[in-house]
Amino acid sequence: MKLSIGKWVLPVYTALALLILMIPIGYTFVYSFNDSLKSNITWRGFTFDKWLNVCNVQNGAVCEAFGNSIFIAVVSTIVATTLGTMIAIAMVRYRFKFRSQLSLFLFLPMATPEVVLGAGLAAQFLSVGVPKDMTTIILAHTMFSISFVVVAVKARVATLDPALEEAGRDLYGSALQVFMRITFPLLLPGILAAALLSFALSFDDFIITNFNSGNVSTFPKYIWVSAARGIPAEANVVASAVFILALVIVVTVQVSGAARAKRLAKMN
Amino acid sequence: MAFAAFSSSTAPAAADTSRKKSPVALLLLLPGILYLVLFFLTPLISLLLTSLKAPSEFGDFGEFSYAFRWENYVDVVTAYWPHIMRSFGYAITATFFALIISYPLAYFIGVKARRWPLLQSLALVLIIAPFFISFLLRTLAWKQLFSDESFLVTSLKAISVLAPDAHVTGTAFSVIFGLTYNFIPFMTLPLYTTLERLDVRYLEAGSDLYASQFHVFRKVTIPLSMPGIVAGTLLTFIPAAGDYINASREFLGGTGTQMIGNVIEANFLVLQNYPAGAALSIILMTAILVIVSIYVKKSGTEELL
Repeated sequence: MKLSIGKWVLPVYTALALLILMIPIGYTFVYSFNDSLKSNITWRGFTFDKWLNVCNVQNGAVCEAFGNSIFIAVVSTIVATTLGTMIAIAMVRYRFKFRSQLSLFLFLPMATPEVVLGAGLAAQFLSVGVPKDMTTIILAHTMFSISFVVVAVKARVATLDPALEEAGRDLYGSALQVFMRITFPLLLPGILAAALLSFALSFDDFIITNFNSGNVSTFPKYIWVSAARGIPAEANVVASAVFILALVIVVTVQVSGAARAKRLAKMN
Repeated sequence: MAFAAFSSSTAPAAADTSRKKSPVALLLLLPGILYLVLFFLTPLISLLLTSLKAPSEFGDFGEFSYAFRWENYVDVVTAYWPHIMRSFGYAITATFFALIISYPLAYFIGVKARRWPLLQSLALVLIIAPFFISFLLRTLAWKQLFSDESFLVTSLKAISVLAPDAHVTGTAFSVIFGLTYNFIPFMTLPLYTTLERLDVRYLEAGSDLYASQFHVFRKVTIPLSMPGIVAGTLLTFIPAAGDYINASREFLGGTGTQMIGNVIEANFLVLQNYPAGAALSIILMTAILVIVSIYVKKSGTEELL
């Protein structure tokens, strides 16, 4: 009897822990259907209104913040993914001096608390006299994303067989052709994963953004500013919709990855 | 999300001999490095310079000029000593609880659930699910669930677990709870990546040699999962020590729970006392670097970095 109870302790604990982790997500989702007035604290009944009229509240403040967040995340992801992928390829493929120092340097932004990164940039923009706007937010987000991209892409480059590129060169492919037809397609899954990570980091960043945004609103900043006077249910709608979309992307990537592995196994 | 940074550092790197020397490397490295020098390194230097600035003699409020006023550091340490201590106290406590909560979770997913890959991936998706929904809204959800009128708090009061006039939000408990909750995925993921690779035959060998289950866990499982423990605790401790969302008054904190991040934010964005905010940032960063390097040395996992 004692043994059979012991067998169940860990699974039950895991299920409970995961359930508790999900509570705030469930709460946010459920309250996106709340027929609330200005603030979304007490339950006043079920409605689809907030989902259908997301942009109508406060002259579209929620949607404007959301749009800004998307724009910032897209631009910073493109720049950070490009710069980070270049570094990752160089670090795996080429020999150069100060390699270990470079690794440490790339690690540092990830080990620095966000509040220090944010305050540092704010101090720099202040002393140079740059006004804080959309550009300063994008500059900041690109900065903290680069290191994460390097790490994610580096893992992929390390698994790449150099013989494939050699074969391309042996068949008289130019350096550019070899890169575009062989290296890049093989790296693409890693680059896409890095881009998704970079997008997610940028989209949900508040701490660094708050220091460098001036009057520009982003979705997290909108929530921070509205927290004092009550957050409308429309914010929950936006967050829930983003959550569902992200979940669909992750599950699709997982399932297609598994399907691809199965196909490859069959070919062998 | 930095778990990838730590978990993949053990990935086999291409042998150094296969690497070529080429000017292309410089071309690939330069733009990114230049970017980080401009927007990561120089800001840290301007932070240091700002922290030593003195108020302008004839300037307006919020204007400072370059000086070497190291007394700024003495001033902020005297003024904000409780906040500094509180930050590290809260962060260490939250890291400890996150480890205690995450370890069995990661152990089940990484070791016990190996026979069911579908269950494994489902559990992993649930662990990272919180990343897909706003950090701020999740934290606010706890605030509502812990509010004085909430079902949870009124029930606890009804059965006299809580005093009738007690509050949950605005206390050290709710801030530490929030920090623990928010950083559990950062702890669980690196723990999972090391436990997933754990060779269970080592555990069987331990039992064959008549070690008790507890002994096997302490002498085999824990040492083998050390890289995950170190990575997870760092990924929890560093952001927790600098966090100012959980401790903010609009979220889970109160006047008596303000952390160093809150003071840096207030000095930069409200009080316009940039030197004080900068000095506090430098103190926070230095303290974290010192704590982390001692911790990494003691745990014998320097090769991780």
